[in-house]
Amino acid sequence: MTSVPHDLDRRFRDAAAATGLLDVAYDLADSPIGPLLLATSSRGVCRIAFDPEPERELEALARSFGARILRSPKGVDDVRRELDEYFEGRRRDFDLTVDLRLLPAFQRSVLEELVRVPFGGVDTYGGLARKLGRPRAARAVGGALNRNPIPIVVPCHRIVGSTGGLVGYAGGLERKRALLGLEGAILPA
Amino acid sequence: MMEVVAAIPPFERFYEERKDEIFGYLVRLLGREKAEDAFQETFVRALRAYGRLRHGRHLRAWAFTIATRVAVDERRRAVPVLEPVEAGVHDERPAYAELEHLAGELPPTERAAVVLRYGYDLSYDDIATALGSSAEAARQAASSGVRRLRRRHTA
Repeated sequence: MTSVPHDLDRRFRDAAAATGLLDVAYDLADSPIGPLLLATSSRGVCRIAFDPEPERELEALARSFGARILRSPKGVDDVRRELDEYFEGRRRDFDLTVDLRLLPAFQRSVLEELVRVPFGGVDTYGGLARKLGRPRAARAVGGALNRNPIPIVVPCHRIVGSTGGLVGYAGGLERKRALLGLEGAILPA
Repeated sequence: MMEVVAAIPPFERFYEERKDEIFGYLVRLLGREKAEDAFQETFVRALRAYGRLRHGRHLRAWAFTIATRVAVDERRRAVPVLEPVEAGVHDERPAYAELEHLAGELPPTERAAVVLRYGYDLSYDDIATALGSSAEAARQAASSGVRRLRRRHTA
């Protein structure tokens, strides 16, 4: 059977991203903390996944954002570039827009507050809960962070336990340690 | 009993499953060079319409339908349409491989009908959808295309 030439396939994927018709563009990327799946909706970054299983991610993204999903390197150029700069130590803050519109209101408020914790800093689950005016909601804050769809860019790795222990991370404690080490918030492992 | 609606797959999966076959089809209809533009146009049109699909059935025939329309539009621009030949009732399978290289000389709808029937084994119902005609008209387009080819082939 005739196969589509690689450059034609690439041209279509680029063109599709440029049409604005995609609900979601995604691609896989390498990083010092392992392979990542990067995805953007029409409103901004909508997913960063560790250890991605594209088939499962596609189904989940389609349920949330719509079926017009296509792997398109060009569609995630900005995310890839800013992440590269971050991992190379050339970027402290992300200029990316994030798309949190489909999340439950409480989780969205947690993540919006979280974005204020600066590069190089950390806060605690209780501290974040207090800033939200919900001082007894530390556990709920933990749950909201655990389901953060956009790790790294929305920096849930900067939230640690009240005694300074790393406590937990959906991407694994090794990655949390690596990210905080990169930011100089803790001594590198 | 509850009707099970075939889910619409993510576009990525639809594209990956269909892209090689559709590209091959467009090469057969238009030649390599024009097939590249037509390929892009086909899948951009598919993407545009994808959000309006109501179920995931018949996606293969749907992809051929869009590709056929793109190719027929392209060929109508490029080649004057030949006069139709009288329709017959034969439906025997031609030695398609021997005829395929000649199919380029056919008018666009006959060519699409011949290639879809004998190259891709689509049913006349699906070919009719692709051509925007009745199943009977699709059958006639395929058989008159084949007869035209045979005549030229043996001439």
